[in-house]
Amino acid sequence: MTRRTVAGAWLVLLLAVLVSLRLHAQVGYDRLLDAAKEPRNWLLYSGGYFSNRYSQLTQITPANTKNLELSWMYQAAVAGAWQTTPLVVDGIMYLTQRPNDVVALDAKTGRVFWIYRHPPAVDQIVCCGANNRGLAILGDTLYMGTLDAHLVAIHAKSGRPLWKTKVAEAKAGYSLTLAPLAVKDKIIVGVGGGEYGIRGFVAAYDARSGNEVWRFYTIPAPGEPGGDSWKACPATSTAFCDPDAWKHGGGSVWVTGSYDPNLNLTYWGVGNAGPDWNNEQRPGDNLYTDSVVALDADTGRLKWHYQFTPNDRYDYDSVQVPVLADIVWRGAPLKAMIWANRNGNFYVLERETGRFLVGKPFVKVNWMDTFDERGRPHQTSQPPGMPTWPGNQGGTNWYSPSYSPHTGLFYIPAWEGYATIFGGTAVQYQEGRNFGGGVNRPFVPVPGAPAVPGTRRGPINNWTEAAASGAVLALDAASGELKWKFAMTDVTDSGILTTASDLLFTGGREGYFQALDARTGTLLWKTNLGAQIVSGPITYEAAGKQYVATIAGLSLCVFSLRD
Amino acid sequence: MAAQIPGAAHPGEYAPADIAYGARLYDAQCTTCHGANGDGVGGVDLRSGKFRTAVTDQDLVRVITNGIQGTGMLAFKLDTAEMTGVVAYLRNMNTFDRGSMTPGDAARGRITFEGKGGCLRCHRVGAQGALVAPDLSDIGAIRSPASLQRSLTDPTSQMMPINRPVRAVTRDGTVINGRRLNEDTYTVQLLDDQERLVALTKADLREYTILTTSPMPAQKNMPPGELADLLAYLLSLKGR
Repeated sequence: MTRRTVAGAWLVLLLAVLVSLRLHAQVGYDRLLDAAKEPRNWLLYSGGYFSNRYSQLTQITPANTKNLELSWMYQAAVAGAWQTTPLVVDGIMYLTQRPNDVVALDAKTGRVFWIYRHPPAVDQIVCCGANNRGLAILGDTLYMGTLDAHLVAIHAKSGRPLWKTKVAEAKAGYSLTLAPLAVKDKIIVGVGGGEYGIRGFVAAYDARSGNEVWRFYTIPAPGEPGGDSWKACPATSTAFCDPDAWKHGGGSVWVTGSYDPNLNLTYWGVGNAGPDWNNEQRPGDNLYTDSVVALDADTGRLKWHYQFTPNDRYDYDSVQVPVLADIVWRGAPLKAMIWANRNGNFYVLERETGRFLVGKPFVKVNWMDTFDERGRPHQTSQPPGMPTWPGNQGGTNWYSPSYSPHTGLFYIPAWEGYATIFGGTAVQYQEGRNFGGGVNRPFVPVPGAPAVPGTRRGPINNWTEAAASGAVLALDAASGELKWKFAMTDVTDSGILTTASDLLFTGGREGYFQALDARTGTLLWKTNLGAQIVSGPITYEAAGKQYVATIAGLSLCVFSLRD
Repeated sequence: MAAQIPGAAHPGEYAPADIAYGARLYDAQCTTCHGANGDGVGGVDLRSGKFRTAVTDQDLVRVITNGIQGTGMLAFKLDTAEMTGVVAYLRNMNTFDRGSMTPGDAARGRITFEGKGGCLRCHRVGAQGALVAPDLSDIGAIRSPASLQRSLTDPTSQMMPINRPVRAVTRDGTVINGRRLNEDTYTVQLLDDQERLVALTKADLREYTILTTSPMPAQKNMPPGELADLLAYLLSLKGR
């Protein structure tokens, strides 16, 4: 063995050690920043800080989707909409399951390493079931928000809790259902509870200690910037008006935000105002409900905001995932934020300043008709008893969209032909009690006909296309122009995944999991998983093999190409 | 994320047949305490349209279903049609003209239904009749009186979308007509006109049409008395 070959052997050994160290290394902030460069892993809720739910993996292609087959399944025990997005780190999958468990399993076989169970609290109050949408990872630690409004840090190898921090008061209706976002040395979360008169906020916690570092209230107090958007009650009003409306103004934050490291801004979608449907008792625009807020990641200070639905009376939460994309807009590069809102409009905002560039309906919209130059909608409230499009659950909702830098298209799960007859009633705030204030009726074609169920369904679609139908819409990211549409008979709550081989994966309430050509919308492959899909698919690689994972009903189903 | 509130208030849109049906139920079950004029309980005037513990129709449903603890207000177990009727009546007690009550005699209605009406040629009640049209065994519990009345004279207006007739033509030209039972993006399940359960894959079809017109003949020339009897019979069908 010559000196050169000995040196070469040492180098190979060193590289092997480095690679193996890398495989078992912690998920530092540097890895989160460059998550796109290690597509074998799925390190954040939406795949990366830009929240594109897009992967560089290309082993599965439009040509070979016909060879997809089920690799393994994992079954949960607690029924209900399983909304989580798993994380995958170096061959280990981490996911949450109802009510507040964390499971670590082998991403190749589905066999479980450990389960952490956060005990349900007796005083927790949630509007819509024991939902949890996933985890954040930083270093060797996983972070989960809980239904009783705590943030829990869990050791990724042992499954043991490291600390638990109380984020808010559970008995007042606060809860955490989103996947936290890890930025630098902080874990950022928001609170749910928009149906209980909470005062919403986004807060950052020190990843090591669990101590709160900053908090941004989505409802400003009187005297603070935006506080005057909660107007004083008129002296002569005959309708009930709440002089303390801001104290229980809602503004929940229950879907994970995004982050632009160059601007050091973190973006969060804010939920509905409270009470949901009676806007008369809270005059004013009601900032920052139904808005996106851009916060300094170090301090939580508000850099800008844009409000999609001022003085909302439709429950048009703006809790969609903020999708960040560097696009070409009118011939010039643009740092954009693209957004398909529950209120039925597609938006392009300039993400450094929040400047409004495009607003355009992607489904039928009749609660507004035009935008002014600053993007304020001109509202066209429908007469009592008349339907409003989109209906209460929106033209889309919290379901993850996808942006493919390869096609330049923005893909959204949409509800079409869906309307509600809205009505508000006065409601007095009482801690922990429902604060909806609504007398809404679904708009159905025949009196007494079934309406689209809000969150779940059985195996028979008896509301049919007459009440609403679903679609994947592919929009030009710069203009919102519809490029193609994949129509579904039933509505869809499924998120969307795209890959660099121009594949699109999505599910729906019917229980089909399907692969489409991301350029054309052509169906390439489908399988019937037998229960509704209400989460966003992911893809990852383990031992050289690409997998695609989705959840249908109680089953986590993982697919790969036949050997 | 707030879920839809089902079956909420619908001010000013109560159908006469619902109100009439509700009046009958009120007379049978409520007058003992509340009296014929709705003022039998001290401090409660049902005709005023203002209720101490209920603002919306949903509130009324809740109070009737659960009762009010610590008072004489009992819990009542009513099916959907009955509840629709009682709420409609409570909302219209002040103006309701008892002379307009629609349902007639159920026994006479049954004779018409099984006899000259020819309803069993398509519909089924219990073990009798055909499967081509929807089974009516519990129709009096699941549809409101107003809807049943209109379904006799204007069937298309009351046809549930899931029951819409479908017509499919397969690649080889076979025509399949039937009543839809279920449908998704790729398939449709139906009961065909030979009373067979059929599942079709849309990709295998040359043509697939969902019709929005009901095949049921409208009873436009039936005397009002017979219609009222038929309605009464349909309302008596509560399933088992």
